[in-house]
Amino acid sequence: MKQTLYDKIWNDHCILDNDDHSSLIYIDRHLIHEVTSPQAFDGLDIKKRDIWNKKSIMATTDHNVPTINRDQGITDPVSKIQIEALRENCKKHNIELYDLDNLKQGIVHVIGPELGMTQPGMTIVCGDSHTSTHGALASLSFGIGTSDVEHVLATQCLNLTKEKNFNIEVNGVLHPYITSKDLILYIIGSIGTSGGTGYTIEYTGETISDLSIESRMTICNMTIEAGAKSGLMAFDEKTHDYLKDREFLPSSKHYDDALKYWETLISDSGVTFDRKEKFNASDIQPQVTWGTSPEMVTSVDECIPSSDSIDNEEEYLDTLAYMGLEPKTEIKSIDLDKIFIGSCTNSRIEDLRQAAEVVEGEKVSSKIKQAIIVPGSGLVKAQAEREGLDKIFMKAGFEWRDPGCSMCLGMNDDFLQPYERCVSTSNRNFQGRQGDKGRTHLVSPGMAAVAAIKGHFYNVKDFMNEK
Amino acid sequence: MKSKSYNGQVIPINRDNVDTDLIIPKQYLKSIKKSGFGPFLFDSLRYNDTATLDSNDEREENSEFILNREPFRKGNILVSKSNFGCGSSREHAVWAIQNYGIDVVIAESFADIFSRNSFKNGLLLITLESQTINEIIDSSLSSNSYILDVNLAEDKILLPNDKTITFSISRSYKDRIINELDDIELTLRNKDQIKNYENQMKLSKPWLFNNE
Ligand code: SF4
Repeated sequence: MKQTLYDKIWNDHCILDNDDHSSLIYIDRHLIHEVTSPQAFDGLDIKKRDIWNKKSIMATTDHNVPTINRDQGITDPVSKIQIEALRENCKKHNIELYDLDNLKQGIVHVIGPELGMTQPGMTIVCGDSHTSTHGALASLSFGIGTSDVEHVLATQCLNLTKEKNFNIEVNGVLHPYITSKDLILYIIGSIGTSGGTGYTIEYTGETISDLSIESRMTICNMTIEAGAKSGLMAFDEKTHDYLKDREFLPSSKHYDDALKYWETLISDSGVTFDRKEKFNASDIQPQVTWGTSPEMVTSVDECIPSSDSIDNEEEYLDTLAYMGLEPKTEIKSIDLDKIFIGSCTNSRIEDLRQAAEVVEGEKVSSKIKQAIIVPGSGLVKAQAEREGLDKIFMKAGFEWRDPGCSMCLGMNDDFLQPYERCVSTSNRNFQGRQGDKGRTHLVSPGMAAVAAIKGHFYNVKDFMNEK
Repeated sequence: MKSKSYNGQVIPINRDNVDTDLIIPKQYLKSIKKSGFGPFLFDSLRYNDTATLDSNDEREENSEFILNREPFRKGNILVSKSNFGCGSSREHAVWAIQNYGIDVVIAESFADIFSRNSFKNGLLLITLESQTINEIIDSSLSSNSYILDVNLAEDKILLPNDKTITFSISRSYKDRIINELDDIELTLRNKDQIKNYENQMKLSKPWLFNNE
């Protein structure tokens, strides 16, 4: 029988089928961080259970860590307890931890692929919904809650019910300066934030093949924002090129066998999906979200839609009140306070290069209170510095920070004050996400950079043509 | 099978896409415990001020918000619309709902990870059609008391007007809630199969165990 990529990875990891339609699925890689793991380790301790396979686990500190003045240690006492808990748990169980003093520390979804801990065909879990990111490398990856973290620690397995197969095919050429971030925002705007619920989404089509692996990760990352726990992309030559020479790759003894297996990680041609949607990449202009859900999105040259385009009028009005915006306002006329370039969606080297291309020789507008750039990992930061990107940013008036989640969720000191309006390259514009009563607009790195320079939204394509 | 039923006041949250950031904002995720989140449930909607985990100050309530109004304050059955629990995987959202004293959440649909987390903690989620949800929300908002009677053993909800609604729920979910099972214990009953699988993989895909 013909199989999708999802079917293949699922079947390869299925230990047994339970009688309630769920199956016992083996987990190859388990990524952990400080926020969703302490209660799981506690649970193990209480029941005196061991960890099944310590070597399958990689830990990092990212959500809660300072991105400035790290030499002073962690000053917030509550954050410190949580980070100390992870350190102790890793030490006690002999788990590899990429901590603040390690050059390889960074956002869990940036460092997994970067170090080659993420490999095609693997099942990968993490107590974080954006684990979907790793699907760009043809691995079945999804976020889990803390009880499941404990379950995987203790058993190396999860009882899961198989999702349905959803194929999103994208063809056509993206215009210059339009990125995979615009593409995924556009898709979410079209299928909605629950459009993918109950499905695993596989992205195919020539546009996807043409994208770099880092750009593909941005799409898989935001797949959870479309309601699907996992996004997947087939293994190809680009996946292979990306992986080559990464630290944790199969040893030379097994490499050829691994490669042979990886090459099977594509959906069989002619296989039927439960659902299919097609998109044309050349339709897409730079996207900006205007509301408090990623599906509330439009093109930068448009206006905020009127209420007739929304089902629930009350929610529409509440949203605009929260965002401090009026119906039908031109997106480009909205004034901005802060700029955040970072997060597991857009903090990789290509993202920083895109932003730097825009910023080079320009200055951050005097209307902008703060513009920060937070690389996704220590390795990304070092690479950017080798390329001189840090100098371009700092010369323009950006702050150049140490790696972490930072203002994506504002658990550390980087957060919005009430009513501040932020342009962010992250993935969630929920109420209060970046700070209590803070207002978030999601965009691509290039669009965030242009917004910093102009002090309001502006089409990055036009900006680069005029430059 | 023990019978399990829940009886109580409805708390209507009349919107779609209630995300887990809204249920429990990030500043409370720094706790390393599973308890103590109840006072921070829907924090940004419930209070006019902000707090931290370790502050003991009296909070300033937003009198408009449903949880600060009678009779909803003491409710234990939360009713909302579609895609409830979307966003972050934080299980703290489920703990906060339970810590507050809510036993059941009824909605048009739930996000996947939230459903799983609820299942793991024995929080009962029930899906109903939008028409029924709207009826419950509207009626509860316009009466002094709106009590539902949820009978899990029989998959039935009794409305105050004596109308009965049947809901569907998976067997395993029901068992999990009624018998309060330990999932890890259950999985470890298959220890030998897991070991066998692992040994096979060590032969056929040894690179997966490279860093051993
Ligand atoms: S960068 Fe943001 S979305 Fe990504 S893991 Fe960190 S907090 Fe989550």
